[in-house]
Amino acid sequence: MPVPKVQRKKMASNPFHFVGCWELREMLGRSARDEEQLMEAIEEVSLDSIYYHTQSFFLRHKYIAGPYPNDFATWAAIQVRDRVLGEKLGVLDPYDFENLESLRSEIVSIIEEHLSQLTFVPRVTYGEPFYFMQSRIIAVPTGLQARTLTEFREILATVDISAIYYHIFEARLRLGKRQDDFSRWVEEQLNLPDLAAKIAKLDFYMTSLETIRHRLIKLCDEVLEGKNSK
Amino acid sequence: MSRLEDYREIAPKGTIDFLLNLAKNVEGKKILHINSTRLGGGVAEILRSLIPLMQDVGLEARWEVISGNEEFFATTKAFHNALQGQEQRFTSTMLRTYQEVNKENAQRLSLVADYVIIHDPQPAPLIEYRPSEGKWIWRCHIDISRPQWKIWRFLRQYVMKYDGVIFSLPKFSQRLPIPQFLIYPSIDPLSEKNRELSAQEQDQILRRLHIPLDKPILLQVSRFDRFKDPLGVIRAYRLLKKHHDVTLVLAGGGATDDPEGETVLAEVREAARDDPDIHILLLPPDANLEINALQRAATIVLQKSLREGFGLTVAEAMWKGKPVIGGFTGGITVQLVYGVTGFTVNCAEGAAFRMHYLLDNPEIMAKMGEDAREFVRRNFLITRHLGDYLALFNFLNKI
Repeated sequence: MPVPKVQRKKMASNPFHFVGCWELREMLGRSARDEEQLMEAIEEVSLDSIYYHTQSFFLRHKYIAGPYPNDFATWAAIQVRDRVLGEKLGVLDPYDFENLESLRSEIVSIIEEHLSQLTFVPRVTYGEPFYFMQSRIIAVPTGLQARTLTEFREILATVDISAIYYHIFEARLRLGKRQDDFSRWVEEQLNLPDLAAKIAKLDFYMTSLETIRHRLIKLCDEVLEGKNSK
Repeated sequence: MSRLEDYREIAPKGTIDFLLNLAKNVEGKKILHINSTRLGGGVAEILRSLIPLMQDVGLEARWEVISGNEEFFATTKAFHNALQGQEQRFTSTMLRTYQEVNKENAQRLSLVADYVIIHDPQPAPLIEYRPSEGKWIWRCHIDISRPQWKIWRFLRQYVMKYDGVIFSLPKFSQRLPIPQFLIYPSIDPLSEKNRELSAQEQDQILRRLHIPLDKPILLQVSRFDRFKDPLGVIRAYRLLKKHHDVTLVLAGGGATDDPEGETVLAEVREAARDDPDIHILLLPPDANLEINALQRAATIVLQKSLREGFGLTVAEAMWKGKPVIGGFTGGITVQLVYGVTGFTVNCAEGAAFRMHYLLDNPEIMAKMGEDAREFVRRNFLITRHLGDYLALFNFLNKI
């Protein structure tokens, strides 16, 4: 059923404040040359480091996707040339996990199981070691705010791409919210639960930030043009 | 001098407003950069562009240069080489000179600022004279992944007194009890070396350099240095020449005052002998427009280094929409995403194969050039560099 016109024009009592971010990259001075060292370090590094290597990837690869959406998988496949471990780690979706700690635990389990089936520890021969990093995300208010779906859609189309990252990825895992900021606001402030559900169901992990932006805009347009149910 | 607004149409959409917002929390803060030269070299080139931009976003940024005698600079040159892994000998007199000259500079310069950025080893001991206020960061531009340990241990005593360090690549990081940040260097798209050139300007420059335009041009811009592998480039060109009629241009400088450079140049000349399609150009250090014109005229740009700090000539060529084939080393691997923004190779045969592939597939070459330019726009422009510094100041402001 199409959304009634009055609802499409609903004015939110609390506007959506768009916040962008800048990633300051910090090196931990720790590296791994083989998969066992990688596993041990993953067990010990900060959660900010797990976050860096599995999430903020999107901030660094805006146009060009690497072979896998996390650095551990890419390193195993490309630098160690262990494509099996690369594929096993590459399929992980961080959003299937309650928090970063459980994600860490799963990564360690995968590597441990993989190593248990081998008679040697795969290591870097020609490639580069794995260098552990961590993210320092600096939130930056853009000064842009939306009160209606139309305004929301217009700002989405032009806002710095880091705002898409901040409200989806940063909000969902690092800030401990189980929902992205966009779908929550659309549901709570614009009373558009169907649109909120569709936003929340978008598969964010296997794509780029620009693609996510386009998909969000398309979903908003469907409602604004009266093509969609609420 | 370029202003921040001049970059609005060049930087990614929304960047300038974003930088202005990022600067709000640190507006009015005093920033002091200190290095050892105002002219020549990558650090001075970056600071010349960066300082006015920092001022434009509301920071009180200034740039000071330490002075020193011949002995001091001979010592710091040896430091530089030792930190990059060459075996060097140091006497206690050399180390004393290093400390004394820094002490004299500390007395001469005003070191008061909210954030002080000390570039490279030359002024590192200034940390001993830091005022009680302000955060101090050591910015290391060189490759210290395999340093001569004795000299790193000596320098480390100073580095540990800083509030943080900045390196250009993760592999340069060290075991240190202070935060280590990763900030890539950058190019200025509006500088003489990178600005747009009119066809007429470009033609004039190339005519002056006697570069023929009748065949595809392969170009390597670098010092005549074994680490840049110019002989490997000639070998790759010869392998390619069996399939494509091309011109090779090797453009560089710095050979006259460098005994090894002269030897390498002589070897290159010998290898190129009798081949009218190989052009060897010795350029002065300020030949920015010439490099710009050569890079724009090139069909494929090579940076076939065997060892490299960051290798910003790669980003310069990528910014001009050129496909680049680079050695699998240092910062080249960060700039060239294999098969997307360029190719990294490990030997002359690899370079020849990739040149052949690109010349046979001009549409791939064009797409690669486009992707390369966009990759630089996002990652290696001076505006991104400014953003990293602003993020760092924001972060330090909170701890």
